[in-house]
Amino acid sequence: MEFDLLSQQLINSYQRDFPLCDRPFLKLAQQFGVSEQQVLTTLKTLKKNGVLSRLGPVFNHQQAGSSTLAAVAVPANDIDRVAEIINNFEQINHNYAREHHYNLWFVVTAPTPEDLTQALTDIGDATACEVLILPMEKSHHIDLSFTVCFKPVMEQVS
Amino acid sequence: MTTNTISALERQYIVLTQGGLPVCAKPYHWVAEQLDMSVDDVLTMTIDLKARGVIRRIAAVPNHYKLGYQFNGMTTWDVCDDRALEFGKKVGDLPFVSHCYLRPRHLPQWNYNLFAMVHGRNEQEIKQYQHQINELLSEVLQTHQGPANDILTSTRILKKTGLRLTSTK
Repeated sequence: MEFDLLSQQLINSYQRDFPLCDRPFLKLAQQFGVSEQQVLTTLKTLKKNGVLSRLGPVFNHQQAGSSTLAAVAVPANDIDRVAEIINNFEQINHNYAREHHYNLWFVVTAPTPEDLTQALTDIGDATACEVLILPMEKSHHIDLSFTVCFKPVMEQVS
Repeated sequence: MTTNTISALERQYIVLTQGGLPVCAKPYHWVAEQLDMSVDDVLTMTIDLKARGVIRRIAAVPNHYKLGYQFNGMTTWDVCDDRALEFGKKVGDLPFVSHCYLRPRHLPQWNYNLFAMVHGRNEQEIKQYQHQINELLSEVLQTHQGPANDILTSTRILKKTGLRLTSTK
């Protein structure tokens, strides 16, 4: 996939700062020296082809409920079966297989801390695994977007 | 653990916008119409939710896979506690780090307290990033409770869905 300059600028500048005002795209357009319509058209295209999954507020899960990162160590040949058990819990929104002794890593989110503890206990019981629980230490929380380096992508496609 | 009390109207706002704002000239007018509020009140509520940390940022959320970043590695580090916040911020500032968190250790099974997620187009790129973080952290890494660092590359995404609040409490 190839990206024109405006797409690149929008993807990178937009990951952090969306101007908070009546006409946010006009403000961005002025910043990049293009028209508001050009910004809107480019963003619509990026959304349509899936480069941007969405535009809007990113909510802090922790503030809207209670969540934690957790992991289990599963024999390699049993990973699919255990992953399926874990994924069936509606409280799971991410689950990654990773190369490590702890090879299944997932995020558990629940409305209250009590519900979260209960869900973790239930997951431990259902999988017969000891669950490694690694909550975010809130006061030290850092959350950042990362800069997309476009050059190699362009080289790959050309 | 602190919890923010969210009003009924704020909950409606979250439910309405968590899937994204419309890509149109006046996205907040759309929100105002849907919630039967004035645009000024919508903007004020947005500023307030941001100040309280309920909204982290208002942004474009890219699909990293579509951008060619098909590999991610969770790098984990054992950093001495009194320097962890200071160096965690430095790691979080690196352009290739998307998430950087401090989490409690679980000794003896788990001695790492700093987590930094890195993204790359191949495994080699991720290892290079791990090396760069290692250099940045060299003076604060410790090894008395286990290895100083590790990297967990993802082999498969087994489930990935955004968190969604429902309109009922």
